[in-house]
Amino acid sequence: MILEIAVLVLGLGVLLIDLWTAPEQKRFLGYGAAAGLLLILVFSFFRFSAADAQAAFGGMYVIDGLALFFKRFFLVAAIIVTLMTVEFSDRIEAGISEFYSLITFALMGMMFAASANDFTMLFVAMELITVSFYILTSFQRSRLISLEAGVKYLILGALASAFLVYGIALVYGTAGTMKFAVVAGKASALAGNSLFLLGLLLIVMGLGFKIAAFPLQIWAPDVYQGAPVPTTAFLAVGSKAAGFILLWRVLFFAVPQVTVQWTNLLIVIAAITILYGNLCALPQRNIKRLFGYSSIAHAGYLLLGIAAMAADVKNVAAGGSAILYYLSGYLFTVLGAFLVLCLVLRHADAEDISSLAGLNQRSPLLAGVMTLAMVSLAGIPPLAGFFGKFLLLKAALDQGAANHGFYCLVGVAIVGVVISLYYYFGVIRAIYWSASPADASPVKIPVIQRALLYVCAAGMLYLGLFPNSLVNLATRTAQARTQVNVTEASQQPSK
Amino acid sequence: MLLTTIVALPLITALLLVLIPRNFRFVMRLLTLAATLVTFVLALFLVLRFETGSADYQFVTKIPWVESLGISFYLGIDGINIGLVFMAALVGFAAACASWEIRHHEKEFYVLLLVMTGGIIGAFASLDLFLFYFFHELALVPTFIMIGLWGRGEQKNFATFQITLYLSLGALIALIGLIAIYLQMPAAVRTFEMPKIVAYFQTAPMAASVQQWIFPLLMFGFGILVSLWPFHTWAPLGYAAAPSATAMLHAGVLKKFGLYGLIRVALPIMPEGAKHWLGVLALLCLGNILYCGWVAMRQRDLNLLIGNSSVAHMGFVFLGIASLSVIGITGAVMVMVAHGLLAALTFALSGYLYNHAGTLDMDKLGGLLKKLPFIGTVMIMAMFAGCGLPGFANFVGELLVLFGSWKTLPWFVVAGAWGALVIGAIYMLRAIRDVWHGEAAEATALQDASAWRKVPFVLLLAALIVIGVWPRLLTDKIEPSVKRIVSASAPPTVALTK
Repeated sequence: MILEIAVLVLGLGVLLIDLWTAPEQKRFLGYGAAAGLLLILVFSFFRFSAADAQAAFGGMYVIDGLALFFKRFFLVAAIIVTLMTVEFSDRIEAGISEFYSLITFALMGMMFAASANDFTMLFVAMELITVSFYILTSFQRSRLISLEAGVKYLILGALASAFLVYGIALVYGTAGTMKFAVVAGKASALAGNSLFLLGLLLIVMGLGFKIAAFPLQIWAPDVYQGAPVPTTAFLAVGSKAAGFILLWRVLFFAVPQVTVQWTNLLIVIAAITILYGNLCALPQRNIKRLFGYSSIAHAGYLLLGIAAMAADVKNVAAGGSAILYYLSGYLFTVLGAFLVLCLVLRHADAEDISSLAGLNQRSPLLAGVMTLAMVSLAGIPPLAGFFGKFLLLKAALDQGAANHGFYCLVGVAIVGVVISLYYYFGVIRAIYWSASPADASPVKIPVIQRALLYVCAAGMLYLGLFPNSLVNLATRTAQARTQVNVTEASQQPSK
Repeated sequence: MLLTTIVALPLITALLLVLIPRNFRFVMRLLTLAATLVTFVLALFLVLRFETGSADYQFVTKIPWVESLGISFYLGIDGINIGLVFMAALVGFAAACASWEIRHHEKEFYVLLLVMTGGIIGAFASLDLFLFYFFHELALVPTFIMIGLWGRGEQKNFATFQITLYLSLGALIALIGLIAIYLQMPAAVRTFEMPKIVAYFQTAPMAASVQQWIFPLLMFGFGILVSLWPFHTWAPLGYAAAPSATAMLHAGVLKKFGLYGLIRVALPIMPEGAKHWLGVLALLCLGNILYCGWVAMRQRDLNLLIGNSSVAHMGFVFLGIASLSVIGITGAVMVMVAHGLLAALTFALSGYLYNHAGTLDMDKLGGLLKKLPFIGTVMIMAMFAGCGLPGFANFVGELLVLFGSWKTLPWFVVAGAWGALVIGAIYMLRAIRDVWHGEAAEATALQDASAWRKVPFVLLLAALIVIGVWPRLLTDKIEPSVKRIVSASAPPTVALTK
């Protein structure tokens, strides 16, 4: 809890300090916020260890290895996004401090999501994230497209919340409890109850909205395109990862018995999501929209890991560690790419891929990071994206002998990867070998953003070249999850 | 340590180049040349210190990398890859020499060239499946970027995308096959170390039905990488659009990765699958040999002709592999080395010609032998080598392949291969007539290669002739290792009629 409270205090603190800060100084509050988040991140390593799981609020909230992994993940993402926002602040007319604190509030929601062990906590965390993002999306009030994105996100997000809350109501009605652990004890008995299953399906749909899985991906391209760059970056990384940890908690914590039966459903959804994202990304010219579709495709790859976990809920280590690894690589890759966009696309109207033309002459560093990011997203060694995809494919193929659907899914994933190469390399081509750029002035990169670019590039390379430590950590984390789950489920009847 | 140095030297130099300011063009070129030259000399040492007649792995280095998955940095040399590593180092040096034609973004080019060279040598020296794939991809990505950025011709963009998509697809399919092999082992003994995998599957063979599924993944995955008919269309266009150094390294060396993978991984691990599918492979490689030879005959662009003929030559290697006999596979390895040298030589020469004449359209060229006596002579010799003239390494390899396949493959496959030699002679001789003899088309100011520029051509040609005249230099090294693989895959009984 202490981490969430610290984040909350930080967010409120930024709002308070704002009152005594001169308008032209306000953007530098971001450095303070980022420093605070960094402190909290460092503190998390001293205060908690993954070995001992703790619970609070009568078991609504847990801190285990998995929760810690995701909390640190979200903290790193928020730090980078906050620093990105400092650079972006000249494009926000007013209320930059509110922007910072909204990021921290969304972060708090994500951190609660990482610890959610109860449907109430799940809903509250999800709403906290989503409501913060409604505002963050439409923050550029004078830009029509930003407002439009906000409204779209609001309407579809409200619909998803309705699904979620209706599903929770049905589950509560049939199971008589909100706690994941208790539901897990009853799930085998309820597995035949169609109301219970409908409730679960609605919950999964609500979460599917967060991760932009088919058929709830409609909002992603529009919102990604319209939202300010830092918001898009945080949506792409933080919000998506939050969706996945909640999905993980529900599927493998609350209802593992049902999840096994849904393996084929997950396979089909993963396959369609991969194909949809990649195929729709092909004709895109707006780079943020392209990222929107590509993020749908990546949600599909991650769902492939979820499906592999679902096929064998007793031993989720292979699929689980692949997801954790993939997300970690994705964090550095996507944030690196958005950092470059934030620095290059000063004029919001020119978000066409061609506006990256000649970037290698304007700034070799930016061109280099963007290229690394594209290559990593495409999943080519020696970058992080490759090892993540390798682990995911390995996990899926491992289940193939038992369920041949996985072979088809792997085939679809490969087709998806090849399609994605086309548009990712299209971006690289625009950077290096397109006709004379309209704007050839060098790009100014402030020191901190330059350091961040190096961090992102180093992260991509390190995770690609030295995967050992993170693979071990991810495997431990995913395994520990199963053990806790098993003990809780076995303890339940005795209560 | 020697082998690790050979792999690491180009990669470390590439890192070094990143730190050098881009104005120091001469320094960068010098460093690249020095690094590749040292690599080549070290590879020569490697060949000399190689213990001929032994089937074991030599110069082994093993460092754990991802322990939880059984991945290690594991390098080693035996008879099958000694020739390939040497050839890769030699072509790497020649490609660095041929890079004088690059006039913009030199820094990026040399970095990519070194990464590609290091990646290629690493791929051939790897004894770990993961590392093997990793190094291949490391070398593949620079290929795409180099063609896109420094390529030539109107179809450059199309060729870049085509080669990127095709090769990535092939690599991914092969990756699935490799992971599938890994997963076939019980979880307790899972490892990516090739010797251990092979040893495991010799004691506990995979079920034949499983082999029949995994083998085609490798066969078609690797096949696409080697331009197996009908997945070959990327090759001629890609090479025509590539800068010389890239075409040399890819057509000469990197492309052999797929063939090497088939021999090293697919045959010993899945002998049953191999028997089941090699009949199909034999038919497809006829497509390479005959169809692509035919296409080459129709070309009027010298680079497209060379590209198509290089695709046709790959058919011989496939044929040797499909024969599943010691002689055939020894011949296949021999053709791989010989063709690597030959392809590098021809692409280097055509690149030289393109840079001086401004075109490779054979209708616009003619009578060039008078103006370019050295380049012309070497090119004509290379083309003779391509026809399979005795005295060049290609002859030895192709002859061995034909002998090997005579015993095990149906008569019409072998007859087709003989026919292909005739087709090859036709287009090569025609090209010689059109480009080098006849009347001079235009009085352009052409300059023959200076002494320095001759170095790569002479080296490559010398290697071709030395191996051609004294083939035992290689075959004695190759044979013991091939025997081990063939003995692992039981007596060959391939029948197309069944």
